[in-house]
Amino acid sequence: MNINATLLAQTIMFALFVWFCMAFVWPPIVAALEQRKKQIADGLADADRAKHDLELAAKRSAEILREAKEKAGEIVNNGEKRAIEIVEDAKAKAKVEGDRIIVGAKAEIDQEVFRAREQLRTQVSAIALAGASKILGREIDANAHSDLLDKLVSEI
Amino acid sequence: MSSEAHTSAEYIKHHLQNLTFGHLPNGTWGVAHSAEQAKEMGFWALNLDTFFMSLILGAGFLLLFRSVAKSITSGTPSGVQNFVEWALEFIDSSVRGSFSGKNKLVGPLALTIFFWVFTMNLMDLLPIDYVPLLMTTLGVPFFKIVPSTDPNATFGMAIGVFILVLYYSVKMKGLGGFVGELTLQPFGKWGMPVNLLLEGVNLIAKPISLALRLFGNMYAGEMIFILIALMGGAWAGMTVGSATLYGSQIFLSLGWAIFHILIVTLQAFIFMTLTVVYMDMAHQEHH
Repeated sequence: MNINATLLAQTIMFALFVWFCMAFVWPPIVAALEQRKKQIADGLADADRAKHDLELAAKRSAEILREAKEKAGEIVNNGEKRAIEIVEDAKAKAKVEGDRIIVGAKAEIDQEVFRAREQLRTQVSAIALAGASKILGREIDANAHSDLLDKLVSEI
Repeated sequence: MSSEAHTSAEYIKHHLQNLTFGHLPNGTWGVAHSAEQAKEMGFWALNLDTFFMSLILGAGFLLLFRSVAKSITSGTPSGVQNFVEWALEFIDSSVRGSFSGKNKLVGPLALTIFFWVFTMNLMDLLPIDYVPLLMTTLGVPFFKIVPSTDPNATFGMAIGVFILVLYYSVKMKGLGGFVGELTLQPFGKWGMPVNLLLEGVNLIAKPISLALRLFGNMYAGEMIFILIALMGGAWAGMTVGSATLYGSQIFLSLGWAIFHILIVTLQAFIFMTLTVVYMDMAHQEHH
């Protein structure tokens, strides 16, 4: 239990240990701890941000869904309107076409009637001539009596 | 208890004697074989047991920490890294609690002191006779396994701390500020001699109390282990008295060892905390 040079040796050893600890032990461990602290803080911040983003995304998706529904309704409405329009259009066209056909047919009928009448007229004059000749027993000069005949025909 | 040839006094003396290497009376260098020889060696002698035990323990824990520091990851820690990180954070929070200045030295200083003192103190828990007996068998006359029961070790550390305190006192306050602190308070400049006496004692008391507190606690603890060990050494055949003493030794050793775990840790913690506090005082401007 004597105080001797061990005292100096211990002081030197102590200084070396402290130096070693300060140079090689303390800094890397503290750095790693700080880094982990930062990582955890970052992770928590990221989680918060992600949560916030999720909320926003949910809100936006609801919005989009609502818009889509509205648009779909609109499209259906438009389609219905368009269908009605098309039907109406077709109806109108059909009516026009029908009318046209009717008019054509009427004209044709009139023409046929006219033609038949003409034919009849000529035939009537011939019949009248034949009849008259039979009654008179001789040829009637058509030219001589054309005035008469024409008068008759026009009366038919 | 070692051999029966020893009396109780010899046994105690043997356990309290360091393995001292120095200049022998016959003119050669060697290991002292008795307390008287060790004393005659004077100052220029080295306590080999203290030196090597503290070297092995200090280097051991530092290399453990260093191996972790080399492969440390900021990801998920595992194994010994958990322990090292816990230890470092414990030291760091203690330092933050009592040191208000900014100094990169204080953290590593506190860590080194705590673990060095702790491991040195921990040697006290090894069975008291094993290592000396082993060493005697190997031809080594003495071996004190607990370096902190050697005042050289505790004073060596305390002097190291004292040098740092002086250095930072002068660095932070300037030489004038430091001298002023020693001489101009508490009684103003007319009470200068009294001030110097009071503050001087205050200053010198720091390393001395630091060293003596640790030494005293560990030495006393060691002494009690020795005394407990003597009980079983009083073995005198299969008598009731001997058996009782032998049994008492087992229970008392166990009890004292368990209590000593507290002292071992506490003394290391006190040494560290006081060092940090002294460093803090050195950094603080006095008004």
